[in-house]
Amino acid sequence: MSAIALLGAVEIGLVFGLVALGVYLSFRVLQFPDLTVDGSFPLGAAVAAALIVRAVDPWLATLAAAAAGALAGLATAWLHLRLGILHLLASILTMIALYSINLRIMGRPNVALLGERTVLSPLQDGPIPSYALTPLAFAVAVFAIKWLLDRFLGSEIGLALRATGANPRMARAQGIRTERAILLGLASSNALVALAGALFAQGQGSADVTLGVGVIVVGLAAVIGGEALLDPRTVARATAACVLGSVLYRLLVALALNVEAFGLQAQDLNLVTAALVALALALPRWRAGRRRSKDRATGD
Amino acid sequence: MRTFAIWATALLLALPPFGFAAEPSRTVALTQIVEHPSLDAARRGVLDELAAAGFVSGRNLTVDYQNAQGNPVTAAQIARKFAGARPEVIVAITTPSAQAMAAATREVPIVFCAVSDPVGAKLVKQLDHPGGNVTGTRDFPPLAEQLDLIRELSPGAKMLGVIYNPGETNSVSMVDALKRLAPAKNFQVIEAAAPKSGDVLSAARQLAGKAEAIYIPLDNTVVSALEAVIKVGREAKIPVYSADTDSVGRGAVASLGFDYYDVGRQTGQQVVRVLRGERPGDMPVESIGKLSLFLNSQAATAMGVTVPDAVRQRAANPPSP
Repeated sequence: MSAIALLGAVEIGLVFGLVALGVYLSFRVLQFPDLTVDGSFPLGAAVAAALIVRAVDPWLATLAAAAAGALAGLATAWLHLRLGILHLLASILTMIALYSINLRIMGRPNVALLGERTVLSPLQDGPIPSYALTPLAFAVAVFAIKWLLDRFLGSEIGLALRATGANPRMARAQGIRTERAILLGLASSNALVALAGALFAQGQGSADVTLGVGVIVVGLAAVIGGEALLDPRTVARATAACVLGSVLYRLLVALALNVEAFGLQAQDLNLVTAALVALALALPRWRAGRRRSKDRATGD
Repeated sequence: MRTFAIWATALLLALPPFGFAAEPSRTVALTQIVEHPSLDAARRGVLDELAAAGFVSGRNLTVDYQNAQGNPVTAAQIARKFAGARPEVIVAITTPSAQAMAAATREVPIVFCAVSDPVGAKLVKQLDHPGGNVTGTRDFPPLAEQLDLIRELSPGAKMLGVIYNPGETNSVSMVDALKRLAPAKNFQVIEAAAPKSGDVLSAARQLAGKAEAIYIPLDNTVVSALEAVIKVGREAKIPVYSADTDSVGRGAVASLGFDYYDVGRQTGQQVVRVLRGERPGDMPVESIGKLSLFLNSQAATAMGVTVPDAVRQRAANPPSP
């Protein structure tokens, strides 16, 4: 595997690390199965792209994208809390609606950013090639956000959020306003996902309305895969697991792109990716099982 | 756990750049967003043209082909793989694959194929002198000629129904152009949106009773569920015309357009020129030269169309009984 392919996988993995952090916040912390993600990822891309081609400062555009994601999260929370719609369905409704909204924002299905000034432009044309510098910049940014999220979840408001997810009735009995916690949690979760969408669009040169395909699946795979690799005993470990899981997933896709080396064809890509992820998830368990049986054999 | 991570990393790093083997051979990489009959035909066309020029896959040409299976994020990752493998030419089939590729490298020559609007997609700055590392063929369909064909086959039709996915770039720009062109050709366009393949049947039913002919643009969503439109067309006796020629074999009455195999052959000629040392920046983006008329007599009868002999004689495919 070439350095560009490897670093490219790390770069995309880090961007999706933000998605995984968002998914962790909704699915794990709040216990809220939120599929809004499939809409808020392209929403972030759409808002950032639409603003950038209108010559808005790319940093401002990226910030606006995150804000738009927060609004999408609020919409789902509102549908659930105020209209009493089941959480899963509420998020599906927002996701469906966002498809049309994203088309409206962009005015067409695809907005090209090739050659536009983006937040990544300063990394180009320097002495260090951009394919190496971009993942480095993303790593710094993603771990900074992870650290902020850790701090947030350790704060009083964060603890209220975690209590709401763990046991809403008990949380209410302790005087926690669970509705506010859900609103805040979904807003921050989708802001992270939209931020990822905005960064991805700027990295790959276009925002496309189909960008949301399967984002939630990849996000969940990263969260669960990360947990399998890194026991999530503390919040800091759990969030680190999200980013780790996401990067590993992309490395496995990069590996699967060499399928012809194993006598398989391009059409087998998704199958190979699934098999590799299943293998990565099963390995730690096998190793643990083998250790146990060895312990037994030595009469320990 | 740690040993597993080390082994996994070692395995990833140890993988040689497969696909570009050691023997002194020319290298071409192909990337495509999704499996689709037209796109697959285009890819075959490219490879056949290369073989005709003496670059035979497996003999003196190493071909690396990757398909994103409909996922734009995978397309971005394929682009990184190719940017790193540095083949002599990268053939990018469809707009999203070409955009991802152009974002990943400014050095490796890229030849795009099955892209309708390369300037709007920012792949090239201008058509006649692209400048950068990107050129290719643009396949914007011959709308005026297609409307003339529909007029010839359905002389009395005025209301033209169009089913398309508002989320597809190619279809939206086609429908916009169609709406501008229709009044001059004495048609009035009725739109029916189908954001997913599952919505195509209801979109077609919505046109029944209103449209006197149905036109299917180059729309992956609608074409993938074409049978639903054909069914409605047969039931309601509304002739269905398609922008792509492959749909004629699947039950549309007629189409005037590109055989995507020919599109691939023409793109292949550009690939050969790059392999022989020309720079993509100096090669103009080409329009597709060859138009072919495809006709499905069975479908015409089933949908109540009388085919004039003049049209029958122009048909490229042998008229079915």
